[in-house]
Amino acid sequence: MAKIKYIEHNGKEHIVEVQNGLTVMEGAVQNDIPGIDADCGGSMSCATCHVYVKEDWYDKLSKKEMGEDDMLDQAYEPNSSSRLSCQIMVSDDLDGLSVYMPEKQV
Amino acid sequence: MIKTDVVIIGAGPTGLFCAHQLGIIGLKCEIVDNLDKIGGQCIELYPDKPIYDIPAVPECTGEELTNNLIKQIKPFNFNFHLNDRVQELRQENKSWTVKTTNGKEFNTPNVVIAGGVGSFEPRKFPTKSAEKFDGKTVLYSIKDKSIFKDKSVVIFGGGDSALDWAIELSSTSKVSLIHRRDEFRGAPASVQKIKELSDNNKINLFTKYSIKDVKGNGSLEEVEIKSEEGESKTLKADYVLGFFGLIMQLGPIAEWGLNLDKKTIPVNTENFETNKKGIFAIGDICNYPGKLKLILSGFHEGALAARGCFKYARPNEKYRFEFTTASNTIKDRLGVK
Repeated sequence: MAKIKYIEHNGKEHIVEVQNGLTVMEGAVQNDIPGIDADCGGSMSCATCHVYVKEDWYDKLSKKEMGEDDMLDQAYEPNSSSRLSCQIMVSDDLDGLSVYMPEKQV
Repeated sequence: MIKTDVVIIGAGPTGLFCAHQLGIIGLKCEIVDNLDKIGGQCIELYPDKPIYDIPAVPECTGEELTNNLIKQIKPFNFNFHLNDRVQELRQENKSWTVKTTNGKEFNTPNVVIAGGVGSFEPRKFPTKSAEKFDGKTVLYSIKDKSIFKDKSVVIFGGGDSALDWAIELSSTSKVSLIHRRDEFRGAPASVQKIKELSDNNKINLFTKYSIKDVKGNGSLEEVEIKSEEGESKTLKADYVLGFFGLIMQLGPIAEWGLNLDKKTIPVNTENFETNKKGIFAIGDICNYPGKLKLILSGFHEGALAARGCFKYARPNEKYRFEFTTASNTIKDRLGVK
């Protein structure tokens, strides 16, 4: 279980507890947090669960797998702190993680 | 005006299998899809990715699944209307008038929405200023490449479309290619070619840059790009092309008076009818308690929706359940002995 903070583009914060084994995307969708669309349902085919992760946490996450950067090319305003939240698996180690949502997903 | 029993919106696996079920019970249908090919997400998003959860098919790719579904409905000779999108639904007496973007009109008692998460549309530039040139000098697809001859063309993107067009246009236009990172996801041979062209000054390559602004008084004049560190450059541009892949938009479906829950359509699980009589929703776009976004669920939903269509298409007949193994009527429809 990890407490994860989802921060909307307008600064509004949502803190929820997400079960281990779920993804950060699923944590948002299951708690009705706006700002993460996840159109493809987590198959890494749509880039609508795009989030920014600040440096301190970015390096603690498991590395991007093949294909994630290709998908991020198609995200809205990606940069070097971009991740697809469907590819971040929640574990106790992520307790306290903050993710920032882009202005929009499409 | 095309008269039919059912219009299916969406030629993905769910729409295709629903067509099969309609054929089996003796109904006709017309299938409309926004993409230029049959297969929906299976063909557009993951043609080469293996799928492992189609019943009785241990492994197949999106493309193989699509080809088999096409083969399965071949005996029925249904019409496909590709590159077209259903724009308007209007109720008239006991039937629906369906109008498409290309101006086609259907008259039908049933519409089955098998539209996935909506229609695929090109992802556009995030910059507001690009909107006023959209479709004129800011483009997301190319219909006539001759317009670029001897012009300055600035291309954004790192996939095959961006690379292929940069290579193609570099012989007749002044091409700049901009991509947000050093690596390209296009075919290795194209990436190699781009590097050669850049080394020989045939194209201007800017990596780790993205669009900041497009400028022009009336017509497009220049495009400003920025690096992540905040450094900007201005490039002369007659045309700006963006190739950022496709996104799925619910589009006109949202305007048909159907109940919506986020981007999905609530249905009953008896025949997958929506809140409108004769409008059904199946596959990823429908929503009910326990809904799974699996292709196999879409098949089941399509089979039941097809039976739901029967009562409106043949109001004076009683639907009779038959097995394909035993029914001679069905065998006739399939053209087998």
